[in-house]
Amino acid sequence: MLAVDLAILCVGLFLALALAAIVASGKPAASTFIYVAAIVPCGLVGIIGLTVLLGGVEVSKAVLPIGLPWLGAHFRLDALSAFFLFIIGLGGAITSLYAIGYGRHEHEPHRVLPFYPAFLGAMVLVVLADDAFSFLLSWEVMSLLSWALVLAHHRKAGTQKAAYVYLVMAGFGTMSLLLAFGLLVGGEGGYDFETIRAGVRSPVAAAIILSLMLLGAGSKAGLAPLHVWLPLAHPAAPSHVSALMSGVMTKVALYGFIRVVFDLLGPLEWWMSPVVILLGAATAVLGIFNAMMENDIKRALAYSTIENIGVIFAALGLALAFRANGMVAEAALAFTAALFHIFNHMIFKSLLFMGAGSVLNATGLRDLDGLGGLIHRMPVTGLLVLIGVTAISALPPLNGFASEWLIFQSILTSPNLPQSGLQIIVPATGALLALAAALAAACFVRLYGVGFLGRPRSDAARDALEVDRFSLGAMIILAAICVLAGVFPGIFLDAFAPAVTLMLDGRVPMQADQPWLTLVPMAESRSTYNGLLVLVFVAFSAIVSAWAVHRFASRRVRRSPAWDCGFPNADPLTQYGAGSFAQPVRRVLGTILLRAREEVLMPPPGDMSPARHTVHVKDLIWDGIYAQISWAINTVATRMNRLQFLTIRRYLSLVMMSLVLLLLALTIWN
Amino acid sequence: MELIANFFIQGVQMALVVALAPLLVGLVRKVKARLNRRQGASLIQPYRDILRLMRKDVVLAENASWLFRAAPYMVFAATWVAAALVPTFAMGLQFSWTADMIAIVALLGSARFFLALAGMDVGTSFGGIGSSREMMIATMAEPAMLLTVFSVALVAGSTQLSTVSAVMTSPEVGLRVSLGLGLVALVIVAIAENARIPVDNPATHLELTMVHEAMVLEYSGRHLAMIEIASALKLLLYVSLIACIFFPWGIAERADSLSSYAFGMIVYVGKLAVGGVLLAFFETSVAKMRVFRVPDFLGAALMLGLLGTLLLFVSRSL
Repeated sequence: MLAVDLAILCVGLFLALALAAIVASGKPAASTFIYVAAIVPCGLVGIIGLTVLLGGVEVSKAVLPIGLPWLGAHFRLDALSAFFLFIIGLGGAITSLYAIGYGRHEHEPHRVLPFYPAFLGAMVLVVLADDAFSFLLSWEVMSLLSWALVLAHHRKAGTQKAAYVYLVMAGFGTMSLLLAFGLLVGGEGGYDFETIRAGVRSPVAAAIILSLMLLGAGSKAGLAPLHVWLPLAHPAAPSHVSALMSGVMTKVALYGFIRVVFDLLGPLEWWMSPVVILLGAATAVLGIFNAMMENDIKRALAYSTIENIGVIFAALGLALAFRANGMVAEAALAFTAALFHIFNHMIFKSLLFMGAGSVLNATGLRDLDGLGGLIHRMPVTGLLVLIGVTAISALPPLNGFASEWLIFQSILTSPNLPQSGLQIIVPATGALLALAAALAAACFVRLYGVGFLGRPRSDAARDALEVDRFSLGAMIILAAICVLAGVFPGIFLDAFAPAVTLMLDGRVPMQADQPWLTLVPMAESRSTYNGLLVLVFVAFSAIVSAWAVHRFASRRVRRSPAWDCGFPNADPLTQYGAGSFAQPVRRVLGTILLRAREEVLMPPPGDMSPARHTVHVKDLIWDGIYAQISWAINTVATRMNRLQFLTIRRYLSLVMMSLVLLLLALTIWN
Repeated sequence: MELIANFFIQGVQMALVVALAPLLVGLVRKVKARLNRRQGASLIQPYRDILRLMRKDVVLAENASWLFRAAPYMVFAATWVAAALVPTFAMGLQFSWTADMIAIVALLGSARFFLALAGMDVGTSFGGIGSSREMMIATMAEPAMLLTVFSVALVAGSTQLSTVSAVMTSPEVGLRVSLGLGLVALVIVAIAENARIPVDNPATHLELTMVHEAMVLEYSGRHLAMIEIASALKLLLYVSLIACIFFPWGIAERADSLSSYAFGMIVYVGKLAVGGVLLAFFETSVAKMRVFRVPDFLGAALMLGLLGTLLLFVSRSL
């Protein structure tokens, strides 16, 4: 049996599970059964992906007699699909493990269970699809199923708006993809990817297709300014689905972009790459800045997803720029960095969303200003989330740093680019990415410091209990991968190399040959990084110094009330909260990015009423683009409303007039 | 045999940075005191302070978590490793390829990250104010530093500090505009990151303007001693970093003779002394700025760093 057939079989398993969930969702054990059973096809998909990626199995194809009658449904499993299959399988399996515990708290399981396995199956199909029709169909099915999952808690405030915005944006995205594939296919109408790949396009057509892909795949991945739905929709779903949407579905969107732009489209002129690079870098800064301002944990995480997508897009844009100039080794480095960051982001974002879900289960709260002190009540979750926030803040020796380091290395190779336009844009991108990385650290100090440290700000936080073993197990696996991928990045780079070779005919140097498992992106004299030794050194120094201090100096501890400069206050609200922590950064950057304004209302002397301090922020993208579009549509619709109340005579004359106009247009055209 | 020698030199370097760091702090304090026409404490006062703190009990806030107790050691370890990887008196240290400049910046970022978390742990208003301001300063300082790293790396064709020092000593580098801009930017970043005047005042307590001291307010005893050593190490690291990138003369080559190592050591101590005295002069001659003026100060560093990198992208000879 070919690998691709096995993968399609897994999709069948997912669909069977979805059907079983419809039948069984009334039963109390249904949730446990579905999630346990979902681990099997997920694990299989992951193993198939990994096997193909490691070169164990060659590229395989399948054609199923479904879909369009003259076309059939083409599926193909090459190294790039295999990489993303691995992402989906691994993410799906761990999320399902988490959901065994988390799903028990679901009040309406029938709104989640049938869609969950089907959603996983749809993502697998997107990655496998080998013709435009199956690709678009799977993509749309994936969108709709995730939309249904977003609506799971449909009575909660804000969910319906989130789902509505998501639906509109998903529709817009698919429309852009449809147009992109229309241009790709051209007049002859060969819908399978092999024919498309062989086609030749003018640079202008290629540029239009790239722009349409940025709109279509970018909106699904969360590229600014098309990201507005993401911080609404991802948090509205149940937490394990949020983990899946942020960790995995955005990656499937990236797959769509990579497949079309790097594979199907053929060679691109260099002048399209700055668009991708700049959009990515701007998205990164905007996303993480919004995350810094957000008080809702899950929304902050969703905004941080936008940041990471921006970083990945910037790396992909760099790869495009290098490829257009025939710099294969540099392009391979940028592309490898993007793939590694895709993997890493899937791992730590899933971990953090699961942590947020555990907090939600334990306290019922998502608002940071109600939390605090959870590290005492939930010690294991606290430690695991700490690993997650350290990884996502790109701090060594964890995995987030390894991929960011590779991206910075690839920026440092770019002075060799011949175009002066790129020479100005790339260092500016480096600055923006560095700013995003620094803001990410601030953002996650805030998230963890307010949520898990300090004193509890509500009764719910004070009485929180540690979550179940399945949830902890899933998070432990993810945290372990964060450490492993940070300490042994070379192994992962070698594993992902076939996907890079397939796209760019080049790869980064074989990492397994390097002494001491050092990461060497170009050449040893240029730059090296060894996560393992950094970890060993830091751990060794910390342990030795702690031991020496305890052995030779003092080891006594006295507990006493907090000092707080002599003015301790028992009220937990006197701690720094989420809003106060964000204030310095908001003052520095927010006046530009959010038009943040602070207003202090002081009562006159003698008046005993409290002073008020309010912050006004504006979402410039929402107000500047989306509100305007919605206003325009409303206005036009109101005007058009008149057409509803015409007499039959006028309707007939309208029809007549349009016919005449059309004929006229045709005559002129010919 | 050579391996043992290399390990030995790496060990000497690690011991040297820890041993010298409090002395540098003492020197800065002494020079500042003399400039204020005060007698000032003796040069070795920081050692006495650290020993005294080490011997005292730790007074721990009632709701402090394990993170609060572990953070001083993690902060110290991350800073120490970063400092051990900067060439001070010898290039091509055994483990210098473990982490390049970007990784050293990030290691310092890790130290800051855990210190800021520890500041939030007890749940006091002073801890929070310190952490949030420290992270705000870092959001400006870290990109500025990375951009300086970029421009230096572009000149040297490498991000490895040993290679950078080697290239910088070679005659073909010469005087460059971009390196000048980078030096100014790195000095500004160093002042901000080490909580020196005009960004922060290391000598103050009980002021709303303090940043670093507010963050570590709840620490006492050996924990405070570890944090004091770590911040002294950080100061030493920045001085060594500036010295080894911009003034790399006198650093011993790999596998050189014993005398050249000794010479490198003397030159290094001389560089530290010059750096300390210059810092004390600078700190005495400026006033502390309001905390929300700091972004302008650091923004200048960011722009200088960006300008330096841009110049190099446009022309490799600038």
